[in-house]
Amino acid sequence: MHASVRPAVSVNIPPTGTNTAARESAAALAMRMSVSKVNFFYGSKQTLFDISMGIATNKVTALIGPSGCGKSTLLRTLNRMHETVRDARLEGEILLDGNNILSQDVTSLRRRVGMVFQRPNPFPKSIFDNVAYGPRINGAKGFIAESVEKSLRRAALWEEVKDHLHKSAYELSGGQQQRLCIARALAVDPEVLLLDEPCSALDPISTAKIEELLVQLKESCTIVTVTHNMQQAARVSDFTAFLLIGQLIEFSPTPQLFTTPADPRTEAYITGRFG
Amino acid sequence: MATTSTTVPGAGPLAGSRSLWSRLRDGDEIARLITFLFAGTVVLITVLLVYELWQGSALARQRFGLSFLRTSVWDPVFDQFGALPFIYGTLVTSAVALLIAVPLGIGAAIFLAELAPLRLSDTLEFFIDLLAAVPSVIYGLLGIFIIVPLMRQVIQPQLKHYLGFLPLFRGPAFGLGFLTAGVVLAIMIIPYIISVSREILLAVPRDQREAALALGSTRWESTWKVVVPFARTGIIGSIFLALARALGETMAVTMVIGNTPIISSSLLSPGDSIASVIASQFKEATGELYTQSLIALGLVLFLLTFILNGLARLMIVVTSQRGSGTVHV
Amino acid sequence: MNARLRWRKFVSAFMLSMTGVCALVAVSALFFILGYLVFHGGASVNWNFFTKLPAPVGETGGGMANAIVGSAKLLFLATIIGVPVGFFGAIYLAEFSGTTTAFVVRYAADLLNGVPSIVIGIFAYSLAVLPFKHFSTLAGGFALGLMMIPITLRSTEEFLRSVPMSLREGAMALGASKWKTIATVIVPSAYRGILTTILLAFARVAGETAPLLFTALGNRFWSPGWTQPTASLPVAVYNYAISPYEDWHRQAWAAGLVLLGLILVVNIVARGILARGIIVSRS
Repeated sequence: MHASVRPAVSVNIPPTGTNTAARESAAALAMRMSVSKVNFFYGSKQTLFDISMGIATNKVTALIGPSGCGKSTLLRTLNRMHETVRDARLEGEILLDGNNILSQDVTSLRRRVGMVFQRPNPFPKSIFDNVAYGPRINGAKGFIAESVEKSLRRAALWEEVKDHLHKSAYELSGGQQQRLCIARALAVDPEVLLLDEPCSALDPISTAKIEELLVQLKESCTIVTVTHNMQQAARVSDFTAFLLIGQLIEFSPTPQLFTTPADPRTEAYITGRFG
Repeated sequence: MATTSTTVPGAGPLAGSRSLWSRLRDGDEIARLITFLFAGTVVLITVLLVYELWQGSALARQRFGLSFLRTSVWDPVFDQFGALPFIYGTLVTSAVALLIAVPLGIGAAIFLAELAPLRLSDTLEFFIDLLAAVPSVIYGLLGIFIIVPLMRQVIQPQLKHYLGFLPLFRGPAFGLGFLTAGVVLAIMIIPYIISVSREILLAVPRDQREAALALGSTRWESTWKVVVPFARTGIIGSIFLALARALGETMAVTMVIGNTPIISSSLLSPGDSIASVIASQFKEATGELYTQSLIALGLVLFLLTFILNGLARLMIVVTSQRGSGTVHV
Repeated sequence: MNARLRWRKFVSAFMLSMTGVCALVAVSALFFILGYLVFHGGASVNWNFFTKLPAPVGETGGGMANAIVGSAKLLFLATIIGVPVGFFGAIYLAEFSGTTTAFVVRYAADLLNGVPSIVIGIFAYSLAVLPFKHFSTLAGGFALGLMMIPITLRSTEEFLRSVPMSLREGAMALGASKWKTIATVIVPSAYRGILTTILLAFARVAGETAPLLFTALGNRFWSPGWTQPTASLPVAVYNYAISPYEDWHRQAWAAGLVLLGLILVVNIVARGILARGIIVSRS
């Protein structure tokens, strides 16, 4: 009984299968990011064990698992947000387009790998200023209004707010605020967008809107999302990684993981036997 | 006198309340009454204070009316009393104090809330709290013997030399005056700005800062463009609080301001403040009008600090409700 | 890394170090103050200082015994006036009062707290000096007591409130009446916070000078009883500092050192007591 599947830089492809994902071969799939032998420590406590996986370009990758399994921790390493916590320590490599992000400048990394958080967290500014924040600090002088409109359209929020851009972001509903946060993240044109349980604080209608959004966004952006909602992962993602107590148990194309999981623990989780 | 604690208020109700005997027997009603009387004393004192200030300045108010606030002559010999030089002095010294203390205080608060590890932050905060406990007269002592000579011998000549073209830095400079008082006040009010601002900054939700960082901000950008604006109202509240404190400061100011009721555009000039003139002249005030004019000044000071404190508390409550924590003031 | 990013990172590092400098400047003020006091006053804190009366002008060797005793008497008065009012008033607020009364009392206390100390002095003068036509220790103690009231009240109320509901309910379920619960359960469990409050309020008024200027006034000699003006440490520091005599300046430093030393020690002890127990609220 091996502990975990290690696809390294390639995706676990089943020998047979009828869905399109299965047909794609490892070589044909480009990896925007890859995680290689990552171990994560919080103080003296280890929370991620030897994780290796790839994030496919322009696809949605979902990280699922029970509470405390390390999926959020793993997500946050992808844009080095773990460094905001004092006692956090990372071993291993994380590559973005082949370069190790751990040895690059963190500020430029975070422009390329954006993040949307669990609870909507707009700044206490107007809708416009929220979205314009990213472009402004990067020195974009002209075309800010165009940037803002483009991002709001990509986040499917433009129609709802185009006449109220000067209003405070806090006047929006929860679902709208979260789409605003997505627009804000998109405004700096990231290559990868990380979403940490983006719908967990939202009502079903807003959730549906955002799920739809993610499927559209992947054409221009690589998406990694953490979710505790398995149905959501099944609906939205192309690849799913199942984590348990800090270990990567299985990583497969989504249809395969949910219909014929390779590991019994995966099966136990997705059939609701725990978690 | 209403405030002594040695009277036994419980004697009253017992005498005429045989019908309440059963309730009184378990003592709760007495306890409620006794504690109510003590709490009521606080209200009574406050009301009495306002009353005494109002009554005690009646003569001056009748004689001068609102022009008291506009007149700049303060001449006890000829019974001419105007509050303007003291209001001016109070405002100028407070303005100087704020100009120095606000950037320093907010900077330090940012360091303590955003940068320093929690243990270091708590240790430094401990020292800041001790600094807030240093009494005014000690600051005055240091003011007279350390800061005034420093001003007179080193700083003020430099200021006159380099910035003497400004009316702010003209005229004779003896070390005592608005600038020195402002500097001493600044040191006194910094701890208030730091403690309150630090708590407010610490209460800003984590994910505001994280959102800014995740967008590729530098640490300074996330602090200055997101966290501090989020806490803006509360920080302004802390500044108002510090200002209220500065306005009422007596001893340190009176020891270094020069006690001269004049209005001058130069910061190097000696002057006087409301609290300072009351402290230095009240004992020697002869004649009703003189004394009552000083009390009228006290009333003005009371009103100023009352309004500022009220605004300050409002602002701090508003910000702390916006964030996730509550801040005790 | 482009030029703009380099600049942004430079600005970030620079500004953040500046905040560190600000913190350093603020904290070092405390040490400068202590340093100067020790340097200038340390040598003069001797046996004479604690035991002798002030010497006539021009003679050396005087002390501040009367100021020390005077301060002790004033603080004693302040405590017996301020603490009971604050303490029992807080009990009323925390245990008995309705919301409107509580609001009014708290508002009054906060207002009183914000009153500048010189104005408290004027008030105490009108109530305790004017009717009797002379300055006295009682008047001074009264003024200081007034200042202790709001500090004691608000802080004690918070500590009483922080006693968990479960403790109160447990006592009442055993049949204890309200005042018994307060006396035997609530107050004892909040004792650390209350003690800290009293100590901090004490330290706060120990250094107050302005309210004493025209209540207790000052005295170059002993002040027997309670109805005469009395010297006190803070007022002594003030008077000696503004005098033209070298020897008096030296004594002012010494008095300042003793006064600040006392206040800091009480502060540290108070915070230590609080830190030992359950940290509930910072006053």
